[in-house]
Amino acid sequence: MQLLSGNEATALGALKAGVRFFAGYPITPSTEIAEVMAEELPKVGGIFIQMEDEIASICAVIGAGASGMRAMTATSGPGFSLMQEGIGYAVMAEVPCIIVNVQRGGPATGLPTKVSQADVMAARWGTHGDHPIVALAPYSVLESFELTVKAVEFSLRLRMPVIILSDEIIGHMREVVKLPEEVTIYSPPPLTKSRDEYYHYDDDTNFDAPYAHFGQGYRIHLTGLTHRKDGFPTNDPKIIKWKLDRLLEKITKNREWLHLVDYQDLDSDTVIVSYGSSARSALEAKFEYEQRHNKKIGFLRLITIWPFHYQKLQSLLKNAKRVIVVEMNQGQMTREISRVIKHNAELINVNRYDGELITPEEILAVL
Amino acid sequence: MKIPEIFEFIRVDERLPHILCPGCGIGSAMNAMVRAIIESGLKNDDVCVVSGIGCSSRIPGYIDADTFHTLHGRAIPSATGVKLAHPELEVIVIAGDGDLLAIGGNHFIHAARRNLDMTVILINNFNYGMTGGQASPTTPQGKYAKTAPYGWTERNFDACAIAQASGAVFVARSTTYHVTHLRTLIKQAIKKKGFALVEVISQCPTLYGRLNRMGDAVKMLEYFRDNTISISQIKDPKEAEGKIVIGVLHDVEAPEYYETYKEIIRRAQAQKHHV
Ligand SMILES: Cc1ncc(C[n+]2csc(CCOP(=O)(O)OP(=O)(O)O)c2C)c(N)n1
Repeated sequence: MQLLSGNEATALGALKAGVRFFAGYPITPSTEIAEVMAEELPKVGGIFIQMEDEIASICAVIGAGASGMRAMTATSGPGFSLMQEGIGYAVMAEVPCIIVNVQRGGPATGLPTKVSQADVMAARWGTHGDHPIVALAPYSVLESFELTVKAVEFSLRLRMPVIILSDEIIGHMREVVKLPEEVTIYSPPPLTKSRDEYYHYDDDTNFDAPYAHFGQGYRIHLTGLTHRKDGFPTNDPKIIKWKLDRLLEKITKNREWLHLVDYQDLDSDTVIVSYGSSARSALEAKFEYEQRHNKKIGFLRLITIWPFHYQKLQSLLKNAKRVIVVEMNQGQMTREISRVIKHNAELINVNRYDGELITPEEILAVL
Repeated sequence: MKIPEIFEFIRVDERLPHILCPGCGIGSAMNAMVRAIIESGLKNDDVCVVSGIGCSSRIPGYIDADTFHTLHGRAIPSATGVKLAHPELEVIVIAGDGDLLAIGGNHFIHAARRNLDMTVILINNFNYGMTGGQASPTTPQGKYAKTAPYGWTERNFDACAIAQASGAVFVARSTTYHVTHLRTLIKQAIKKKGFALVEVISQCPTLYGRLNRMGDAVKMLEYFRDNTISISQIKDPKEAEGKIVIGVLHDVEAPEYYETYKEIIRRAQAQKHHV
C-alpha cells in the first residue's frame, strides 16, 4: 500500500510500462510527473531531459519514439497548445508516444492551480487536419497508473500518439493504492522482413504490426509531408487518400477494444454521464440519491474520451429518459452526448467552469 | 573520391531528379556533407540525418540512411530525442537559416548550451527559399526580399557568434565556392564530441540573388570567392570588414551532455542498490 498522488501514479505507471525517455517543461499542475521521472529514470537507465519549451519536449519525445524508445511528456493547457503541431507530426509519421495533459482552467494562462476539463476538444482537434486521436481520462490515483500503462500499449499497437487527459484534481489528490507488482507490456511483433522488402507504411501495418525505428539499419525516412508507403512525399491524390484512410482505420478498426467505459444501472430512467474528476462527484450523487429516494440512478463514465463510440454509447443510453452530463467546461462532451441521444430523452447538463469541482449537491439538485 | 562511392549514400532510384533549382547551392553542401561522412569512415547505418522544413531540409530525403524530416524549426529537438535514444548514431542536422535561426532559434541556442553531441550544418542562403524568397534572420539590412520590397529594415544574425556565445564547442564557416574546405570543416565537426556548427554560405540565384541583382549562380559563387577571408589570415580585424570570414572560428572542449548524463545514471543506480 502506498499513499500517492495521481501525478506520481502516472509517472510510476509509465515507468512500469517501460517508458525510458521523458522530455518536458515545467507547468502546473503537471510538474510532479516530470520531477518523479527526473528522479526515477536514471535508476532504470532511462533518460530524463528538461527541454527549453513544450515544442522541443514533444519533438524530443517523437525523436526518441521513432528511435524505438517508449517516450512520454507531461504538460497542461498552455503547453498542450504548444505541442499540437508535434502531435500532428506523430500521427502523420506514425510515431508512438504519450502526452499527459493535466488539465487546468483556460484559455491562455487561465487558472494554473485550478481544475478544468476544458481540453476535451483541444485533445480531439488541437492539431490541424483530419486525423485520428486517442485520449484516456483517469478518475482516480490507481487509474492514473493503469491508464498510463494502457496508453503505452495503445500507442505501440496503433503507432500513434496517445493523450492522457488527466485534470488538476486527479493529478494532485492523494489516495492509498496498491499498485500491481507486474503489468503485461505489449511489444510490437519482431521485424522479419529485410531492408529491401520493408516498407515503413506498408498496407496492413497501421496497427498490430512490426515496424522499424531509427538505428536498426532499415534506413527509414520519416516526414510530416503526406507520403507513400515507402515514406517519401507525394502529391498523388490516390495515395493521399490512401494515407489518410490508413490513419483513420487505426480507430475505425479498433474501436471496440479502444473504447473503455464504466457503467452501472443503465436501465434506470435517469443516467448521469461523466468522466475524470467530475465522475467522482457524479458517483457520489448517485449513491446519495439512491439512499434518500430508494430509486436507482444510472451512471456512465467515459474512460476513453476519444475515439467517441457513437453506436456503443447510443445503445448503452437507449433506455434513459433523462441524461445528465456532468463536466467542468461549457459543455464540450455534452455536445457529443447530444448526438447519441436521438430518441426523446431529456438532456441536462451540469457544468462548472469557475475552477471549482462540481459538488454532489449540485448534481443532486437536478436529479 | 570516386563518384560511385558517393552514390552509396544517395537514394538514387525514384528520388531523383531532386527539387532544387538550377544553380542552387544546397547540392554543393550536400555533396560536401556526404563526402565528409564517407571520409570520416562512417557507413550508411552509422548516421541519422535530421532536418526541419525548407529547401535545405529536403536533403535527408536523398540520403540513404535513417533520415528524419521533422517540423519547421524542430530538427534540433527531434535530433535530441534520436541521439539520446541511440548515442552510437552520428546525428547530423541540416537546416536553412529561417528554420534554424527564426522559428528554431530557441532550440538552436539551448542545444549549443546543452552540448549534446551533434553536427549542425546551416545552409545560409540569406532568405526563405522554400516559401519564395522572404526575408530571414540572416538577410542583411538594406537587402531585398519578397517581404522586404523596400529593403530589409532589420539587422541580421551572425549564427556563428550566437552558437559560440551559447556554448557550442565547435563553430566554423565556409561557402559553397570552397567545397573542399567545407568538406574538411564538416569532417572536423563530425569528429568533435559535442555541439558543432558549420555555417555554409550558399547561393539562392532564383530568389535572393535575383531580387538583389547578384547575377546567376556563377556570379554569386565568384562573389563568395572574392569576398571571403580565412580566419587564419586575419592580422588586423579591419581586414575582415565587409568580408565573409571562413575557417574554424571556435574550437574548445566542454563536457558533453550524454557523457555527463551517463554519470548521473551510474550514480542513481549505485544509490538505488544502497537502499
Ligand atoms: C510552422 C510553419 N510555419 C511556416 C512554414 C512555411 N515554411 C516552409 S519552409 C519556410 C522557410 C524556409 O526557409 P529556410 O529555413 O531559410 O530554408 P531554405 O528553404 O531557404 O533552405 C517556411 C516559412 C511551415 N512549414 N511551418
